[in-house]
Amino acid sequence: MTPDYSPAELMVAAAAREIRDGEVVFVGMRLPLLAFCLARATHAPGAVGLFENGVVRDSAALRFLVTMSDGPNVTGALWCTEMREVMGLMQAGRVTLGFIGGAQVDRFGNLNTTYVGPPERALRLPGSGGAPDIASLARRHVVIMAHERRRFVERVDYVTSPGHGDGGDWRARTGLPGGGPSAVITTLGLFRFDPVTREMVLASAHPGVTIDQVRAETGWSLRLADPVNETPPPSGDELAMIRRFDPEGFWTRSRR
Amino acid sequence: MSKVLPLAEAVRRHVPDGASVALGTALECLIPFAAAHELIRQQRRDLTLVGPISDICFEQLIAAGCVRAIVAAWVGNVQHGAGYVFRRALEQGIPRSLTIEDHSNFSIALALEAAAQGVPYLPTRSLLGSDILARNPRLLETSCPFTGVPLVLVPALQPDVAILHVQRADSAGNCHAWGPTGVSAAAGKASRAVIVVTEEVVEPAVIRSDPNRTFLPGFLVTAVVHLPGGAHPSPVQGHYNRDHAVYADWHARSVTAEGAAAWLDEWVRGARDHAGYLAKLGRERFERLRPRAPQLAAPVDYGC
Repeated sequence: MTPDYSPAELMVAAAAREIRDGEVVFVGMRLPLLAFCLARATHAPGAVGLFENGVVRDSAALRFLVTMSDGPNVTGALWCTEMREVMGLMQAGRVTLGFIGGAQVDRFGNLNTTYVGPPERALRLPGSGGAPDIASLARRHVVIMAHERRRFVERVDYVTSPGHGDGGDWRARTGLPGGGPSAVITTLGLFRFDPVTREMVLASAHPGVTIDQVRAETGWSLRLADPVNETPPPSGDELAMIRRFDPEGFWTRSRR
Repeated sequence: MSKVLPLAEAVRRHVPDGASVALGTALECLIPFAAAHELIRQQRRDLTLVGPISDICFEQLIAAGCVRAIVAAWVGNVQHGAGYVFRRALEQGIPRSLTIEDHSNFSIALALEAAAQGVPYLPTRSLLGSDILARNPRLLETSCPFTGVPLVLVPALQPDVAILHVQRADSAGNCHAWGPTGVSAAAGKASRAVIVVTEEVVEPAVIRSDPNRTFLPGFLVTAVVHLPGGAHPSPVQGHYNRDHAVYADWHARSVTAEGAAAWLDEWVRGARDHAGYLAKLGRERFERLRPRAPQLAAPVDYGC
């Protein structure tokens, strides 16, 4: 039976659940725009969202957003300021959670959105944006991306946004102030990180997805939680809210 | 003294071939597309573009062959992801070869801020352990002389000119902007020249009525261009919303170099100026982008 929600809707719901009430969240482009609106409108009415353009909101956007700079994300904002202000607050440890997307990720949650392939013949991706700043400076961050074998690689070709480096206490040794990735939400499952080795661990597989499928799309020998749960599907209320903020399915139902 | 100039004249005087130009510095809003289009019409060459996230403004300038180098964090189409033009230029040298100096948004902000403050660099704790740091020779890792913690030093970046879109300015360049402004104020303070493109030219008293709203004082501004709609298709708070269809059209047509060139022929080179561009767009379509309802700020009292 085909579920009555799309993979992206499930990812938005899972991302929103990572936001605790009262948290200060650095909201990235694309699906996190929806996740913040959903969390704000459901279980986290006290969450505050910071956007890298300088918008700070303590309410969901008024209507559908393509970018964080769209009018409905500005009207009714708490603060409109400059990038250095919001980035500076994050550097000072005031942001507890950030969201970023990636094109390529490895077993320690390092992300690449810059170059794919061998240096002499690399394919060029759009680049970093604020992702490396979020990855460096937020107290923890969550990665959202499509799950394909070419994207889930043993070692990324280029570290745009540092995760846990080569594992263990790499971040502390490197001097990064933020805590690093705490979860990866993909089209197939939800991953957490081992508290000691900092290796990615499959925590839950999305409904209808088998562990073998996840393994087949992962380019290293994947560690599993015991047990691997099923990711809870979006509730009716969550779906209604996602569709309020994305009525045409631009982010969550069209193929992109 | 009035600094008001027509767009073509402002661009001709202040953006020569080979200039470094900061634009698109508020991220996805207030992007001076009309000025970028005028640079394309005037066939400017060998520009270095500076900005954190340019959206399709940088794509269009690259497609027109105006650009030699980019100093940025992200280049593409925010609505759709990939920037086909940017990729073709970097991977295949089409239409011209291009170099990129990779940054993050914050390191672009700090580079401009350092120049704005007149210091050679500013430190950050971002980018440690990244390949942006490892491969950009201008970013330097060191340790704090006070605490010993690892730091990245971001050298000051002084563009030749910043082109900034605002809601209102007086004829001397004193201006107000509202909504998020990204790194625009830093870009304005850092650059050797500043072109302000404004939706409205207002009496000097309007700016003085709300000095906390002042975005840049006129003594930093070189030229003022009065150009309503000059940021279309990017949004200008209180004036017009984002015209998403333009970004979708560019995404579809810029898949090939020929398609991108044809788009520029149709919308930029085929329009004599910004008025021609708006005429092609059509008044009805532009009016549909207007805010649904005004949302006025509560007045503040500066009385003494």
